[in-house]
Amino acid sequence: MFIDEIAHRDDDARRALPLAPPGAAEEALAEAQRLRFYQTGTLTAGNRLLDPAERTVQASAERANAITCGHRACQGCGEALGARYVLDAAMRATGGKLVAVNATGCLEVFTTPYPETAWRLPWLHSLFGNAPAVATGVAAALRVRGVDARVVAQGGDGGTVDIGFGCLSGMFERNDDVLYVCYDNEAYMNTGVQRSSATPPAARTATTPAVGDAPGNPFGTGKDLPRLAMAHRIPYVATATVADLHDLERKTARAMGIRGARYLHVLVPCPLGWAHASHETIRVARLAVESGLFPLFEAEHGEVTRVTPIRRRVPTEAYLRPQGRFAHLFRPARDEARLARIQAIADANVRIYRLAPLDGLVPGEAAHA
Amino acid sequence: MFSVRIHGRGGQGVVTAAELLSVAAFREGRHAQAFPSFGSERMGAPVMAFCRIDGRAIRLREPVVRPDAVLVQDATLLHSVDLFQGLADDGWVLVDSARDPAALGLADLVARLPTGHVRTVPARELALEHVGRPKPNAPLLGAFAALAGVVTLDAVIAAIAERFPAAVAERNARAARAAFDRVRAERVADDRVVVPEAGAPTALAAPGASAASTA
Amino acid sequence: MLRQIEGSRAVAEAVARCRPGVVCAYPITPQTHIVEALAELVRTGALAPCEYVNVESEFAALSVAIGASAAGARAYTATASQGLLFMAEAVYNAAGLGLPIVMTIGNRAVGAPINIWNDHSDAMAMKDAGWIQLFADDNQEAADLHVQAFRIAEELSCPVMVNVDGFILTHAVERVDLPEQGDVDAFLPPFDPQQLLDVNEPVSMGAMVGPDAFMEVRYLAHLKQLRALELIPRIAGEFRERFGRAAGGLVRPYRTGGAATLVVALGSVNGTIAEVVDELRDEGVPVGSVSIGAFRPFPLDALAAALADARRVVVIEKNLAPGLGGALASNVRMALRAHPLPVHTVIAGLGGRSITRGSLRRVVLAAERGDLEDVHFLDLDWSAVHREVARWTERRRSGPVAENVLRDLSAARPPMSRVV
Repeated sequence: MFIDEIAHRDDDARRALPLAPPGAAEEALAEAQRLRFYQTGTLTAGNRLLDPAERTVQASAERANAITCGHRACQGCGEALGARYVLDAAMRATGGKLVAVNATGCLEVFTTPYPETAWRLPWLHSLFGNAPAVATGVAAALRVRGVDARVVAQGGDGGTVDIGFGCLSGMFERNDDVLYVCYDNEAYMNTGVQRSSATPPAARTATTPAVGDAPGNPFGTGKDLPRLAMAHRIPYVATATVADLHDLERKTARAMGIRGARYLHVLVPCPLGWAHASHETIRVARLAVESGLFPLFEAEHGEVTRVTPIRRRVPTEAYLRPQGRFAHLFRPARDEARLARIQAIADANVRIYRLAPLDGLVPGEAAHA
Repeated sequence: MFSVRIHGRGGQGVVTAAELLSVAAFREGRHAQAFPSFGSERMGAPVMAFCRIDGRAIRLREPVVRPDAVLVQDATLLHSVDLFQGLADDGWVLVDSARDPAALGLADLVARLPTGHVRTVPARELALEHVGRPKPNAPLLGAFAALAGVVTLDAVIAAIAERFPAAVAERNARAARAAFDRVRAERVADDRVVVPEAGAPTALAAPGASAASTA
Repeated sequence: MLRQIEGSRAVAEAVARCRPGVVCAYPITPQTHIVEALAELVRTGALAPCEYVNVESEFAALSVAIGASAAGARAYTATASQGLLFMAEAVYNAAGLGLPIVMTIGNRAVGAPINIWNDHSDAMAMKDAGWIQLFADDNQEAADLHVQAFRIAEELSCPVMVNVDGFILTHAVERVDLPEQGDVDAFLPPFDPQQLLDVNEPVSMGAMVGPDAFMEVRYLAHLKQLRALELIPRIAGEFRERFGRAAGGLVRPYRTGGAATLVVALGSVNGTIAEVVDELRDEGVPVGSVSIGAFRPFPLDALAAALADARRVVVIEKNLAPGLGGALASNVRMALRAHPLPVHTVIAGLGGRSITRGSLRRVVLAAERGDLEDVHFLDLDWSAVHREVARWTERRRSGPVAENVLRDLSAARPPMSRVV
């Protein structure tokens, strides 16, 4: 869909140019390319045309740069991208008065390769399963000392949804003043792509290999952390992805404007673990959203308050195809049964969250220009 | 050193009784150590608590195996558990009951211990009368104050006052005093023993000496 | 101020006077009265400013303390037994990060089988995590050691565990002279962290350290413990000057002069041991004892000096290294490596089994006679053991050991001694 659109715009651009002598065509094309804007509106990363107030924090030279360059993330790492946006947005919202607590995982490992650190704010890594509790302790200490600073805790899906879940639930239940951010790449990536309870059905991981009668992660398992967070009736829960970075920043800023326990669940594709090309990270995240598999919403005190409708609905297959972790659903033969079940999950999300496509497309139909 | 073992059932305030006794001794300037013997706590299960009283610091940490006095807060324990194991030859026994020792089947015990060392007092009834609840520990301690000369009634009442809110403490104190007066009167009548007044200082009963010698 | 007070309450009052900024609590027998008392003190405002956090597990409790300490608050928690093991990862983490947390352990046996009564297996399980481990002989010392603990912890930037025998001390009501707030304030200055999460001076705490630097970092942890060997007696000395009584220190010899047999132990059993020493001395038996106040760092030199003139050592151990003996005796033998003496391990009091004067007397006299085994289990019911072993031989599915032994013993024993 997306690439088709660009191709058509290219044709339009060419057709719009006045007829030129031969040789001038290449020159004209080069000129057209230099002036072309691929994205507009919320999808603009460079956002030169936007009002300064609407620009992302990353567009500003004044940004905190809380995670500075030189870290050891993989090429195309969704988590590095997401964390950078989240932290700098939180730093702006708090005037730079922010303390970060990190669970063990990719983010912690690639930002602190001994003897260096990429962190430019106070940062504490304790253990894999206790980041929410440690953050509670930091918040308590800041409060009792009368220090004006806020706390953000972060972890991957493994550290949040599995091993850290008890501590997370405790922090939520006490309504401690902590923003917890989960960077969800849907498996234990740092240890070599093992299954977590955030791994989607049918996905191949090292512990749910694509072999045997039921290849990949079983259906009917897994935890929906955003909904579990909502069940604690905490002041703010939101989902976001690295495909809409403005939205990610907005939700971060909104969260920092609230006191009490807050949860931000960010989908961050992992090129290595999901087996997609490293330049596809943002596109894959967008497909997750537009297929309906990853609903974007905000909730307060247990009730959904805002939903981002899907602009152009795509069939789940469009999302699954670019990822090698789902390759076994297509080769050597199409696994119609599993593909249908995945589509059904997306359809259910669209129904439950009212993500109804604006363009009236029915799932399964190919998009047309 | 004077060692007390208190028997009862969970929920009857046995542990509190030992604690109050230790506070009473403390208020009289002595060292005291009170501690329970533990089972998983359950209402109605047999429990024991201990209290050691001495003029100097108490270093011993074993349960009381040779008590100088045994207090029984629940007479139903009498023949199911050996409550008097290790009791000193001149030890004291006080049982919460309206019946006399013989009626409780304690004739043998009465015979082997010095005269007047085995007594009963209707602690539960006194508690019901003065406090409105059948918690026998305060009146039992009041009775004990009149028995072995180990603590004064004033000290027991002061311990009660420290432990409970004013109104409750007041009522428990009255129950303790009623029990004290009763036992005191009985000892005069039965054994022709003069028991010191509620607040008179007492020497710590040395092992082998009876309260009569401190009169 | 002199009070007749439950040990747990005395500890809570002492901790409160140390002005902790964050107290986190998860209940476990026999520590519950400590955290309950602290909750009351915070709620009534007697302890303020203080954040009291009710957590969802012991792992969370120590994690909250880690975060709080790293962010500049004086942090305290308490646990025992299963709880200490549940937070084991955090115990190592706190020491590795060098955070001066103080934690009370209401010493209790570690299951299976589940057991709520006193022994030292919990403390022993964490002996090499890098925490300083102090042991209280009575409730006065239990209170006093907490005041010293915060000083020691903060000077070294190392966490400190104060061990208080569960039930025997925690639930005993006895006379304690509670330290006055003014004296504690003079003795324990406000927390001045060695490392701090500070927005004005950001640092990263908890980085990964690879093979190229790990040994050096670990040696520095060892060095802290060696420094503690000097610091602990110094702090005990300062405490004595300010508060007028002895508490803490590395080793506490009792009537060791001219003693041929020396009894060594940790914690409350030292009180009973002292009674036995006096009794035996009255009978002309040359015996003495040494109470170890700091198990970690282990006072190798101080203990060797205290044991120098003895002819044999009897170690009363409330823990068991299955197949081996006891942790304390092993460490005692290390102290005597320059001048080896016979060291007897007496495994006693496991799971709350009473250690009586009579039994202690017996083993000391047996040692004197040369009649005591290398590893002796005090007051063990050998016939019950033999019966269970026979069951193992009889059939493969002999059943759960605990159930079998309990059934066996309840048939064999009268009710009274079962309760004691």
